[in-house]
Amino acid sequence: MSNSQDAYFIPEPSRWPIVGTLALFTSFIGGGMMLNGSGFGTFILGLGVAAVVYMFSGWFSDVIGESLSGSYNKQVDISFRWGMSWFIFSEVMFFAAFFGALFYIRVLSVPWLGGEGAGFPTNEFLWPDFQAVWPLLTTPDMSLANPDSKYMAIKEVIPAFDVPLINTILLLLSGVTITFAHHALKKDHRAPLCWWLAATVLLGFVFVYFQVVEYQHAYHELDLTMESGVYGSTFFMLTGFHGFHVTMGATMILVILFRSMKGHFSAKDHFAFEGVAWYWHFVDVVWLGLYVFVYWV
Amino acid sequence: MSVDKLKQAVFGLVAVSLFLVSGAVLAEYPLNLTEGVTPTSQKVYELHMAILYIVTAIGIAVFGVMAWSIFYHRKSKGAVAAQFHHSTAAEITWTVIPILILVGMAIPATKTLVFMEKTGGADMTLKVTGYQWKWKYDYLDGEGEGISFFSALSERDYEASQKNSGIDPSTIENYLRNVNNPVVLPVDTKIRILTTAADVIHAWWVPALGWKRDAVPGYINDNWTYIEEPGVYRGKCTELCGQNHGFMPIVLHAVSKEEYSVWAEEQKSLQLAAADGASREWSKDELLEKGKSIYSANCASCHQADGNGIEGLFPALNGSGIVNGPQKDMINLLLNGKNLMPAFKDQLNDTDIAAVITHERNSWENTVKDVVQPSDVKAGR
Amino acid sequence: MGEAVIHEDHHDHKPTGIGRWLFSTNHKDIGTMYLVFSLIMFFIGGAMAMVIRAELFQPGLQFVDPQFYNSMTTVHALVMIFGAVMPAGVGLANWMIPMMIGAPDMAMPRMNNMSFWILPFAFTLLLSTFFMQGGAPAGGWTMYPPLVLQLGDGFPFLIFAVHFLGISSIMGAINIIATVFNMRAPGMTFMRLPLFVWTWIITAFLLIAAMPVLAGAVTMLLTDRFFGTAFFDAAGGGDPVLFQHIFWFFGHPEVYILVLPSFGIISQIIPTFARKPLFGYASMVYATASIAFLSFFVWAHHMFTVGMPLAGELFFMYATMAIAVPTGVKVFNWTATMWRGSMTFETPMLFAIGVLFMFTLGGFSGLMMGITPVDFQYHDTYFIVAHFHYVLVPGIVFGILGGVYYWLPKWTGHMYDETLGKWHFWASTISVNVLFFPMHFIGLAGMPRRIPDYSTQFTDWNMIISIGGFGFGLSQLFLVWVVIKCIRGGKKASNEVWEGAQGLEFTLPSPPPFHSFTTPPIVTNATAHS
Ligand code: HEA
Ligand code: HEA
Ligand code: HEC
Ligand code: CUA
Ligand SMILES: [Cu+2]
Repeated sequence: MSNSQDAYFIPEPSRWPIVGTLALFTSFIGGGMMLNGSGFGTFILGLGVAAVVYMFSGWFSDVIGESLSGSYNKQVDISFRWGMSWFIFSEVMFFAAFFGALFYIRVLSVPWLGGEGAGFPTNEFLWPDFQAVWPLLTTPDMSLANPDSKYMAIKEVIPAFDVPLINTILLLLSGVTITFAHHALKKDHRAPLCWWLAATVLLGFVFVYFQVVEYQHAYHELDLTMESGVYGSTFFMLTGFHGFHVTMGATMILVILFRSMKGHFSAKDHFAFEGVAWYWHFVDVVWLGLYVFVYWV
Repeated sequence: MSVDKLKQAVFGLVAVSLFLVSGAVLAEYPLNLTEGVTPTSQKVYELHMAILYIVTAIGIAVFGVMAWSIFYHRKSKGAVAAQFHHSTAAEITWTVIPILILVGMAIPATKTLVFMEKTGGADMTLKVTGYQWKWKYDYLDGEGEGISFFSALSERDYEASQKNSGIDPSTIENYLRNVNNPVVLPVDTKIRILTTAADVIHAWWVPALGWKRDAVPGYINDNWTYIEEPGVYRGKCTELCGQNHGFMPIVLHAVSKEEYSVWAEEQKSLQLAAADGASREWSKDELLEKGKSIYSANCASCHQADGNGIEGLFPALNGSGIVNGPQKDMINLLLNGKNLMPAFKDQLNDTDIAAVITHERNSWENTVKDVVQPSDVKAGR
Repeated sequence: MGEAVIHEDHHDHKPTGIGRWLFSTNHKDIGTMYLVFSLIMFFIGGAMAMVIRAELFQPGLQFVDPQFYNSMTTVHALVMIFGAVMPAGVGLANWMIPMMIGAPDMAMPRMNNMSFWILPFAFTLLLSTFFMQGGAPAGGWTMYPPLVLQLGDGFPFLIFAVHFLGISSIMGAINIIATVFNMRAPGMTFMRLPLFVWTWIITAFLLIAAMPVLAGAVTMLLTDRFFGTAFFDAAGGGDPVLFQHIFWFFGHPEVYILVLPSFGIISQIIPTFARKPLFGYASMVYATASIAFLSFFVWAHHMFTVGMPLAGELFFMYATMAIAVPTGVKVFNWTATMWRGSMTFETPMLFAIGVLFMFTLGGFSGLMMGITPVDFQYHDTYFIVAHFHYVLVPGIVFGILGGVYYWLPKWTGHMYDETLGKWHFWASTISVNVLFFPMHFIGLAGMPRRIPDYSTQFTDWNMIISIGGFGFGLSQLFLVWVVIKCIRGGKKASNEVWEGAQGLEFTLPSPPPFHSFTTPPIVTNATAHS
């Protein structure tokens, strides 16, 4: 059953979509050139990314304007909700690809290389001295008589009950603070809303900071890098994309914080806040998966 | 209008009869799956025919009903539309019957699959390694133990396949299915076949054996076969592996056990002779002659027969700085490869590498015209 | 720009000039752009297929080098799938869904615009690789490593084009879900939705679940090539086969993403021309949903020969066979809809019947390939090529063509030329079978796919196939002729267009107003389609 008590809302023609398309197009061209080793590509990529930022700010300020002027009715609100939920679901599936890769590698391919089950001849003829252990500190090609491996042996991996645990606590806390912020908003208590939001942003960025410190530690002291075989590959791919999502999420909360300070939201009507909060919870849940399967077990 | 009606009727009939004919044609005409020469291929063939007949029967039934209603339930024949739109009984029927048919197919399929996976208890083992674009065969045990060679498209087929070669492919028997060194296997022996690859994924397929299996770099797949009839069986690489994927055939000679023993002895003495060759000085002519055939079997697929390479993909060797530069650099490049240029140290022996380098440095417009000896290559290893 | 407007005072004034298209927030304009784009891509992809068929006309290499041949097959497939078929489906969805559910437009019109405009730019990225060092992608549309990693400078552009297309598809899918869930007219309950809408919701879910996985897979290719990761390299502990698992986890649902809208279209067409309600509406919906659900558990049937453990092969064989059941339900329901109807055979109906026969044929060969031990023989031969072209060309392209003929009078306000339409159908149907049927034979006889040159025993059939191919390509010129003629004029189409047509879209004038339903219609059981 639909909710069209009011008249429908249809936005006027808008230039932001095409600007966004061109911005992404430019970024991809720049990125491709850069990866192919052209310094000029980096410049184009920079341009493209700047244009993406411009597009987002322009598009969202239109949306905010429309929202404030009261043109959105219940139906638009619901459309946004469907949109945001399924966007988050698509992100879940994006991470699922990397988690799937991790499980496949841990459960199937590394044991096969080590000679388990169907991998018996693989190990016997190709990687005779390779032992399947996880975390994988040395790669199969290091087990060969000829040792010039493409990859780097890892000295040590990052223990779960160290900085990662702190980061887990930080993120879980931030999930709590944003919920408090929501409760405050629903009671129309503006000051606590802003404070709780600020706390959330802070927790998010501290998380990112710790992550960066950890990466440096991994690269400089542990020889744990993207180039240290499949352990490093899965580690950096999963934590890296997660860290990127935390950064995006924290930035979004920052924007929400500014908007809250300007008094944009009402106790009843604050979809933007909720959308960002959902996103933040999603980032949180991904981290829990990461913590368990990348660092812990 | 009546022409249209006729056409529509014909259409229904054509679709049905195509299907009918296909069954009949496939059964008689050589253009069906081969029955092959192994117990596996027999089972697979029977399974294939069984499923084909089943789906043909279903097809006749379903298409028949469609054709019937197209023919008789048309407005121009005065048909009045019924208004039913539901029948639980019918829907249950056409869910359950297909399930039963499928279960009927799954049982023999499962049995065949289980049979195919029984790799244990083999009498000998052959390791097959895919390279861009040739196969390497290693005999790991038994009489042939230690035999190892590469097998690539034969030179004549290669030449004919070049663009504007002027050679009509139909003048070549088994065009694109001839190799320089066929793989030889004994009949009536359970043979374990291991597939793997050195660069990208390939797949080893001899239809007469009844299966194909991917050759994945870094992993080994376990398979087996038991050939019941002596003969020459031809196959192809069946996983896209780059530009010459279409030019990577397999030729398998299945021979009696006695002939196999003779062949194995012969091969072993040939390999000893080749090893000896590496320790002596070679004359320039000898090297040039050998180098020419090494070149066309190993290098021409990328650098082309005329040495001019392919713009943007493979550099020209004709006039190349490296070919005309110091011997040491060129030996090093061939042994260790670079980017897409494969390392040949495991593929070619010292004599082969010396010969091909000598050949190139004396070919086309290249100017150095010197001689590289196997001992030089050995020193470079 | 972006000004909020309540749309009652916004009558039929169309924006004009190039801005109408660049900045459009109108579902019909965007739908039109999608359809035109799709047609252009169909011709580009088709031109590549013609190069393939010309080269394969006889053995030996005549026109292209092997590497370029491989680029042709690879890009042909990418263009056809992502450029022709998917956009055609989205274009039809854009045009028809708001009209079918009684809405004025899509739920998120601006995002809709972006979903479209990404496409031409993404294909610019992809096609520009032809001019780069190392040429266009030549590792197959399946992009298996390590081969695909050998591509030259085009490599990152291939990956980014895939990312870009993924973004477009996900946005499009989200929009469709939001539209159908939230913009239905009062009384338009889920079980009253036209089947085309139903198949599109399910397709949209498939897209949202599958496209991000593809994005993840190609991202790993990118890092393996440029950042030293080892996902697909055994030497570092990875596995090339891992890519295939992830790719096909996307790839199999993808084939249903392609086909479900076509199923939806023929479920609209057949009842209209049989003048009889669709048989088994509810079971059609459930069957479609089951197909979509099962499609996530059959992926490894594309990789039976990689060397999976026995248990895996058995599981994927059984799951694959199971898909025949719900698909069969659909085929039987369509047949039952025609049964004892009062049928006429205008062009849309002809195409729909074509789908019915020839998709089923392709489904049968699919089932045969699902039987693992025999797939060991079929895999990577022309038997596969025959299978998937039967489901893709007469199964999907015909469905789309049927939809175009069915709704063209609604869009333009004019009836198309029925004689030309029939010519188009018959020429296509005859040539498509000459083109794809013999591929079964040469496949079984052992001709591998993805080869530019073949052994001489296949010559005769290949010549016949190529002739069929040229014939099929030329037959498509009828389409262009019909469409242009119909836009320029013709007999005026009534609101209802077809005698037996039902559904909200046929309550609007032909052509419909710029914003379909500015006040929602009320749907009751009696007026509901189905
Ligand atoms: C729209 C596209 C589409 C559709 C709908 C399908 C449908 C099916 N496909 Fe196909 N397929 C492709 C597109 C599609 N496929 C493509 C593009 C490839 C190749 C990719 C590549 O490698 O490049 C491929 C490859 C492919 C393979 C891999 C082969 C190989 O590489 O070795 C397999 C194997 O199982 C397969 C199986 C099936 C099955 C079982 C169905 C089923 O859904 C079919 C079900 C339908 C029916 C069975 C007919 C109707 C049913 C009845 C009338 C009921 C009664 C019937 C029985 C009880 C038998 N397909
Ligand atoms: C929706 C998808 C789709 C569609 C519509 C088509 C349509 C066609 N396909 Fe394709 N094809 C694929 C998807 C599709 N294909 C895929 C996924 C592969 C696998 C790729 C891989 O291996 O990676 C493949 C591979 C493939 C091969 C195998 C190549 C190989 O393995 O070596 C061949 C060979 O004949 C082929 C032929 C054709 C032909 C003749 C058409 C025809 O139907 C096209 C007809 C259309 C036109 C011709 C254009 C319109 C007309 C004109 C422009 C007028 C001018 C006409 C003339 C000059 C004659 N295709
Ligand atoms: C798989 C394709 C392939 C095969 C087979 C191949 N090469 Fe190469 N070769 C290349 C590529 C690619 C390069 C360029 C490497 C680079 O610099 O990145 C190259 C470079 C060279 C060069 C250096 C040319 C220059 O001027 O830079 C020589 C010499 C050479 N190859 C000789 C050979 C010989 C001899 C053989 C056979 C024994 C051979 N190649 C087989 C692909 C191949
Ligand atoms: Cu080797 Cu294809
Ligand atoms: Cu599939």
